[in-house]
Amino acid sequence: MSALIELTGIERIFYLGDSEVHALRHLDLSVAGGEYVAVMGPSGSGKSTLLNLLGLLDRPNSGVYRLEGRDVTTLSAEEQARVRSERIGFVFQSFHLVPRLSAAENIALPMLLAGVTPALRGERVARALRDYGLENRADHRPDQLSGGQRQRVAIARATIMQPAVILADEPTGNLDRATGEEVMRLLEALNARGVTLIVVTHDGELGARARRQLLMQDGALQIDRRLQPEPTAHAHA
Amino acid sequence: MRTRDLIVFARDAAIGNPLRTCLLVLAMAIGVAAVVVLTALGDGARRYVLNQFSSIGSNLVIVLPGRSQTGGFNPGNAITSTPRDLTVDDAQALQRASAVLRVAPLAVGTSEISVGGKLREVMLAGTTAEFIDVRRLTLAQGQFLSAGDWRRGAAEAVIGARIRDELFGREPAVGQRVRVGDRRFRIVGVLAPTGQGLGMNTDELVIVPVALAQAMFNSNTLFRILVEATSREAIAPAKDQATEILRLRHEGEQDVTIITQDAVLATFDRLLGTMTIAVAGIGAISLAVAGILVMNVMLVSVTQRTAEIGLLKALGATATTIRNAFLAEAAILSLAGALVGFALGHAGAALIRQLYPAYPAFPPDWAVLAGLGTALVTGMLFGVLPARRAARLDPVLALARR
Repeated sequence: MSALIELTGIERIFYLGDSEVHALRHLDLSVAGGEYVAVMGPSGSGKSTLLNLLGLLDRPNSGVYRLEGRDVTTLSAEEQARVRSERIGFVFQSFHLVPRLSAAENIALPMLLAGVTPALRGERVARALRDYGLENRADHRPDQLSGGQRQRVAIARATIMQPAVILADEPTGNLDRATGEEVMRLLEALNARGVTLIVVTHDGELGARARRQLLMQDGALQIDRRLQPEPTAHAHA
Repeated sequence: MRTRDLIVFARDAAIGNPLRTCLLVLAMAIGVAAVVVLTALGDGARRYVLNQFSSIGSNLVIVLPGRSQTGGFNPGNAITSTPRDLTVDDAQALQRASAVLRVAPLAVGTSEISVGGKLREVMLAGTTAEFIDVRRLTLAQGQFLSAGDWRRGAAEAVIGARIRDELFGREPAVGQRVRVGDRRFRIVGVLAPTGQGLGMNTDELVIVPVALAQAMFNSNTLFRILVEATSREAIAPAKDQATEILRLRHEGEQDVTIITQDAVLATFDRLLGTMTIAVAGIGAISLAVAGILVMNVMLVSVTQRTAEIGLLKALGATATTIRNAFLAEAAILSLAGALVGFALGHAGAALIRQLYPAYPAFPPDWAVLAGLGTALVTGMLFGVLPARRAARLDPVLALARR
């Protein structure tokens, strides 16, 4: 079976005035389905750019990105949006919940955009609220929720379309230690069920939880370290 | 995204910012209300004038002394430049025309009426028994002038309702003797109150036989000859026949002007219709301003909601979905504004009708439809630019903004 994510010769160049900034240079990376990867590195090392590329929010200047064996770099914007909708879930540092929508509506948002029928939406949202212990918070707006609850809503939203991969950008950055721990456990539980989890973080301790650690510097992959000798491609716990 | 979901999403987005939404709806509403009220005023003026004209009488052809239209050279013009007077004989001659049902001569002047020490200046109209039918007047009491020889006339007078009230108060007027100018008359009838009737207020009129009026004015001239055609279709033949008869009687010179009520009505109709369109245009300007306001506010909204747009894209929204969501929001705001404006405009028109009952201030349907249509079209049109800007936002940059 081919890798879930396969990057070959990825280059991403930003132009700031006359100068070129190589955010990513000659990046080759392969991530198998079910892996738990932490991307670490100082600010400006290109880890956020990498995450945006993986999430199809950005396009590389050159190189090929294969997702589930399919070259997604050449897809049209509309097709990429479809891939994002069905195969990729995002979890952000600042949660990015829509302030005017309730917790349940925020969770349903990806299904709303994908045109899922209201009946199926209601069913799945109810299950997600139960799974994440948010049943009493269904009608609360984000400003009526605690940080941990907000991130749980965000995780529920990221998983509602049953994606193959979850991309988390500093998911505990805005949370205290205990809540952050709780959120990481939720993400790791998803990974244990077979979802590929890629976490971008500054935090060495957080990165150390992952079974595979990528250290980035100046847009290049510096260290690719696996805790176990062999990647557990389907790490069903 | 399902259409229903899209509309609900756009509606919630609009409700999510009440102040912005209220201001936009208000701006749109003022535009639409302006169109509705202004056209109600314009069209009301048109109807008011038309009503006043129709109250003069129907199938009416009016003969005026003097010529107002340019014609070819006529030998008669070389001899005399002053037009011949219209006379009672002229009026009688018109009765022979086949398309003419009735003819009423009209001599007008001012005089004084006095009774029991009360004195009042009045408009004195000299005419004949046919006048009441030609002008479609009704009597409140008594009877109108008796029919008979136009050249003679009994000393009978019919007075307007207001004259009656002022001179006699609660006492009966019919049968009373009054002095008009230097002659004595017996009041035989009182006209029913009619209100204003273009130029001649019949409530303040004293009507006497034409022969007596001409004697009092010491003149043979008539002010007008009112001709009633036999039917609506006969108006044009009646005009032609009257022209021909008078030309022959005036030694081949066409020195009278003959107007038909239809022509006058058509002129006023055109004039005031144009005025209504003009004020509708002024209203449309306020709608365009509202449209530009929609655009600005939507642009600000796109900027404010950049992070949300980035998020929607990350969650799998296509550029088309984002564009449609913003267009739907603009459409909902415009529609709400248009409906509120529609209600406000009709309320305004109703208020005008309440304050001035004689003024039929009803907005015409075309103006209301045009106002609503313009509101929707401008709202959508000016919504396109912000919607496209939202759809084109780079999700990476959009998400980076907090």
